[in-house]
Amino acid sequence: MNMQTTSRLTAAESALIEAFNQQIGELPGNGAVTALRDRLLDDLKKEGLPTRRIEAWHYTDLKNLLRSVPAQAGDAGAEALEPLVDGSSVLAVIQGRAANKTSAGDLAVSVYSEKLTDGSAVEGLDALGRDDAIGRINGSFVKDGYVIDVPDGTELEEPLEIQFVHAGGDIHTRLPVSFGANVKGVVIERHHSVTGDAALVSHVSDITVGQGTELTWIIVQQQGTEDTHLGQIRVNLGADAKLKLFVINAGGKLVRQELNIKVTGEGAYLTLRGINLLGADTHTDVTMVLGHDVPSTGSTEVIRNVVFDRAKGVFQGMIRVAPDAQKTDAKMACNTLLMSDDAEFSVKPELEIFADDVQCGHGATVADIDHNHLYYMMARGIPENKARAMLVNAFVAEIVEELEDEALVEALEGVISAWLEKHV
Amino acid sequence: MSYADRTQEPKMLEIKNLHARIAEDGTEIIRGLNLTVKAGEVAAIMGPNGSGKSTLSYVLSGREDYEVTEGDILYNGESILELDPAERAAKGVFLAFQYPVEIPGVATMQFLKVAMNEQRKARGEDELTTPDFMRRVKDAAAKLQINTEMLKRPLNVGFSGGEKKRAEILQMALLEPKLCVLDETDSGLDIDALKVVADGVNALRSPDRAVIVITHYQRLLDYIVPDTVHVLYKGQVIKSGDKTLAYELEANGYADIIGAAA
Repeated sequence: MNMQTTSRLTAAESALIEAFNQQIGELPGNGAVTALRDRLLDDLKKEGLPTRRIEAWHYTDLKNLLRSVPAQAGDAGAEALEPLVDGSSVLAVIQGRAANKTSAGDLAVSVYSEKLTDGSAVEGLDALGRDDAIGRINGSFVKDGYVIDVPDGTELEEPLEIQFVHAGGDIHTRLPVSFGANVKGVVIERHHSVTGDAALVSHVSDITVGQGTELTWIIVQQQGTEDTHLGQIRVNLGADAKLKLFVINAGGKLVRQELNIKVTGEGAYLTLRGINLLGADTHTDVTMVLGHDVPSTGSTEVIRNVVFDRAKGVFQGMIRVAPDAQKTDAKMACNTLLMSDDAEFSVKPELEIFADDVQCGHGATVADIDHNHLYYMMARGIPENKARAMLVNAFVAEIVEELEDEALVEALEGVISAWLEKHV
Repeated sequence: MSYADRTQEPKMLEIKNLHARIAEDGTEIIRGLNLTVKAGEVAAIMGPNGSGKSTLSYVLSGREDYEVTEGDILYNGESILELDPAERAAKGVFLAFQYPVEIPGVATMQFLKVAMNEQRKARGEDELTTPDFMRRVKDAAAKLQINTEMLKRPLNVGFSGGEKKRAEILQMALLEPKLCVLDETDSGLDIDALKVVADGVNALRSPDRAVIVITHYQRLLDYIVPDTVHVLYKGQVIKSGDKTLAYELEANGYADIIGAAA
């Protein structure tokens, strides 16, 4: 390593590289995987963490925001949680390690570290491109997770909850899931910290949704107040597939959730709903890149944000409509409730449309709690804090209720009200 | 019982030389208003447009868009000026709004339950059990001819004008306030709806409860017969009397009284 390179690295970047050197013997992988890890880490050394000069990271200057990298920690206190929805099949990844399970309900599953060891996971392990810092970090460090292949025609009776639970430290996990044709089901991807000890979490879900499959995928992020969460979901949506993707951020200190979605089959439809509950001195970024690549597909995206204290939030929504993708119908909306004078939310919608017969729109609103609503509720004897909480809840609950399934709605409303109780 | 007979009853509400202005631009609306309402009394407040009727109702409820600059409001002998609207409500002050607010995302039933229980909590009473709550809502809704299906909808959202007014009286019946202020409850109601609403109000009349009926027209007072009538003009009560004052106003308009007071 030459001196110049070393001096350009921040403390956090140096710590990341140091952590890699320390863990090098424990990271699973055959020759191909190891070579890819080394290359990804070399790229990280060369490029460093992204700064605001990289457009995709303009509002989340990771180099500046990531100040330190926690040491590896034991798994004190981390254990599997009760599922959000009673009766769910549960797969737990504790402190970054998958319990050695081979099934969840009737579904056969494999442990990801084994796929690294036998080399079959090398495909898909690479970063998505030069700006894919999350893919790069995750590809270098990932230790474990689950691999699931859901056979054609499977109907999941109960939700499948895959929970990533930790007690601080560095946690790098992956979840490749392939849904065959005509599958029906609900998957909950849950990230949860059980302590206040800082963690650096990177996670990549990589899902393929087969023809005619109807899937609800819910990401519930409830990291600790000192945690950095770098999440990414890669989605490939096949013909006539219908995906409802819900992302709820209700935790973490520095959070980036990347949604990389390719609509590649005709007749496919994406419903994206996001809820960002932000408070204290946190920074949360949801960045979506959605490609409508073929004709006759549709999507709606609705993001609702509630920002308290000095929190900062970002939503970047890029919709690309390919030249062949005629009859695309896409609508994106981002609505924010700013609950304090110091709260901030940045919205960057981007439409890149290369076809001429499409419907594409976006809109954004920013507001405060409606004072008439607050006064009316107080005039009925509801104390101000409680009334505020009910109004904030109403603003986000509208989205949750779209899920229709009562047990799911109740579970997510529980996540929201638990957060609000601590922040209003 | 005549107006004079009530002088021995305890004073529930005493408004003394009240001055209030719009907080945002300082416009004075209430200019030295005096009014006393006793327990058991139904007081009507009438007055032309812009006389300060609605402002009075807002100031009584504690709306923060209005500032009291002088005078006092005593409720059961204690000043309530420092209390916020929720605290006043828990003490038994209720305002039926002229324009009930629509609140998307908050189901009416949930709103009612939270309001009732928060008031009970503030008074140190136990919260209602769900069956007890449901029974109360069902009974009160039936009396006001309200379909309980409507109560599953978000609060006031998509309710017709009449439904909103009935929902206000439903809230009043459930919250069992001690001082009820009805702001133009008759506006936008047809005669059948008016009777239902008036019956709802009359059912709440009791010796330990006072009702202030703010209205433009005498019509409502045929159904909710007041003990006292007060004429409000330019932020002051310029004349008080018994129910015959309302008939006088209906026959002759406000001009005579305003002229006499000027």
